[in-house]
Amino acid sequence: MRFGVLQFPGSCDDRDAVEACGRIGESRLVWHEEPDLDGIDVVVVPGGFSYGDYLRPGAIARFAPAMEAVARHAEAGGAVLGICNGFQVLCESRLLPGALLTNESLHFVCRQVDLVVESADTAFTRECRVGDRLSIPVKHQSGRYFAPPDELDALESRGGVVLRYTPGSNPNGSVRDIAGIANERGNVVGLMPHPEHAVDALTGSEDGLRLFASAAAHAAGRETTGVSA
Amino acid sequence: MKAKVLIRPKEGILDPQGKAVERALPALGFEGVSQVRVGRLVELETDDPDALAELCEKLLANPLIEDYEIELNGGAGA
Repeated sequence: MRFGVLQFPGSCDDRDAVEACGRIGESRLVWHEEPDLDGIDVVVVPGGFSYGDYLRPGAIARFAPAMEAVARHAEAGGAVLGICNGFQVLCESRLLPGALLTNESLHFVCRQVDLVVESADTAFTRECRVGDRLSIPVKHQSGRYFAPPDELDALESRGGVVLRYTPGSNPNGSVRDIAGIANERGNVVGLMPHPEHAVDALTGSEDGLRLFASAAAHAAGRETTGVSA
Repeated sequence: MKAKVLIRPKEGILDPQGKAVERALPALGFEGVSQVRVGRLVELETDDPDALAELCEKLLANPLIEDYEIELNGGAGA
């Protein structure tokens, strides 16, 4: 199982993501100018401040050659996870619906949050059950998920909300407590919390590993059946 | 040709930056200021003004959350 973690100028969680994925399978960095992802089964778009967050977080990174390869990988049914800034990049790329706005408080938030799994029907939550609670940290200033009400209703009705902050713990003012979402096929997932920082009991929680383990199971399933999930 | 693009948060979208500015004003003695919204201004020179709207849609603004206005040569444009 091969994980590829994108690296943009300004990424800062890329190495933690490589370390986290390395606990499940092989894992390497993918420089943002690499034009293809040959041999990679699972793509992680990591957190940080790609291109200095200029203009809007994620707005410039979406034009990187590696992002074109990510779009092709997603189109072919491959698993793609956007974490924090990576989530912003996937929204700006239109691989996921909606946008991430500045936190309601205007403050940078950095703390452990409890999440509820709302959908186990995605490449990154298939090893979870609906209702499971995950303890994973957030650290961001622009994490307030937003989409117009009609799009939110459509998202909810197709099971596109993957993770929600538990009642009362929403750290950023995200609409309907949304912490993570998926595309229609469930192979592209974005979330603000950082599963790559929750892979060892020594640092508080290893719940994040379940997302990477799910992706490995998803990719193994695709290899066995030869069908894009 | 010189152009200016004014980008601001769409109506109805909470703009915490505008709220923070608004809350700071009374402390400085400015009363009666409300509905503050903070956007940004992009100045540029272009050979192809007709492409500006597309440029705004694809990069300068995120149409889901922002409105934009294009001003050409100091006059109101498209």
